[in-house]
Amino acid sequence: MTPVAVMVGANRIVPAAGIIHPLGNADLSAEDEKALRRRIVERALQALRTEVVRPTVFTGGDSATAPAT
Amino acid sequence: MSALRVVSYLNQFFGQIGGEDKAGVGPQVFPGAVGAARAVQQALGDAGHVVATVVAGDNYVAERADAAVSEILDLIAAEKPDLIVAGPAFLAGRYGVACGALCAAVQDRLGVPAVTGMHQENPGVELYRRRVYIVWTGTDAARMLDEVRRLVALGLKLARREPVGAPAVEGYFPRGITRNTLAGATAAQRATAMLLDKLAGRPVTSEVPLPDFPRIAPPPAVRDLGHAVIALVTDGGIVPLGNPDGIEALAATRFGAYSIEGRGGLDPGQYDNVHRGYDTSFVKQDPHRLVPVDVTRELEREGAIGKLHETVYSTTGVATTLAHSERMGREIAAKLRAARVDAVILTST
Repeated sequence: MTPVAVMVGANRIVPAAGIIHPLGNADLSAEDEKALRRRIVERALQALRTEVVRPTVFTGGDSATAPAT
Repeated sequence: MSALRVVSYLNQFFGQIGGEDKAGVGPQVFPGAVGAARAVQQALGDAGHVVATVVAGDNYVAERADAAVSEILDLIAAEKPDLIVAGPAFLAGRYGVACGALCAAVQDRLGVPAVTGMHQENPGVELYRRRVYIVWTGTDAARMLDEVRRLVALGLKLARREPVGAPAVEGYFPRGITRNTLAGATAAQRATAMLLDKLAGRPVTSEVPLPDFPRIAPPPAVRDLGHAVIALVTDGGIVPLGNPDGIEALAATRFGAYSIEGRGGLDPGQYDNVHRGYDTSFVKQDPHRLVPVDVTRELEREGAIGKLHETVYSTTGVATTLAHSERMGREIAAKLRAARVDAVILTST
């Protein structure tokens, strides 16, 4: 639902793991699932550390993509 | 003119495959009109035939976006349609976004006219109204046939390449297209008349509507996360067992504040989930799939953040009006500010 987040003007957006379990995935082992969750939260922290000027989607690593306005 | 070939697009619910438990189903094609497409056939009368109904699950499309739309396009193209009728999606957000994306793709890639319908607060409206004809509808299917008749009436005009009137006349959301027309009075006269109407309490329609979503300036980056207080907030509907604050399952007007003080994680036995907009069974099994208290505590212990705020705020974001969302957001933000929280991670479904 990241396009909706961009449209309503959320400024720092991190794609997560899906609508029914944004911070998990029942198909993974407990250990892998927790690692996945930690990666998403770490990415959120990375987003909070980053200056943005418009709604920005943080897709991973250091790359952030700002949608055209 | 011979009868038009029409394809209907529906989600799993209106296509009668099932409810949230079937929201993950991939695109399927059924011959003729099934589920809500029968209303489309009824509205078409002799003017056209619903040759096929394409159905896909809300989550399947929302989670794959472009890839799912391409799959659905292939199914639609095989039917050689003259017109696509998607939805109507009413106030169902994932469904509305899917209908908008699909109509846009049908027009652009297949060159076939398409029409859909939604309630004004469906997020699909703002995303797609400029590219797609979206007929305005109520919030739910109570007046399905009446609303489908309006979709089909506009769809037939598009398919027959007949001129389409202004949004207010035809009943679709403005597409942001300006056409010159000759006004009967000067701007000064119209503005004065508008002011007099306003003073007299008569209805006034602005010629320059304001945007629905005001831009919020991004807050500055958090310089020193190692000393920052981070709060967790969610619109995914987690509540303590028994839902003590009576948070509504949809169209919420309330939120809850729940303490996690001294806890390393959330015990599934102590929480429930009242959100009625997605399959909540996975987050009931493990609330961390919605509110990541466990890993955020770890990051707190490791010093990656200064402190995890000891209160989690929660509401349900499904068919929630913009007005209540804004108010709840302001109220939650005021409480977080008072508690000297530096930043928020808001998890959403």
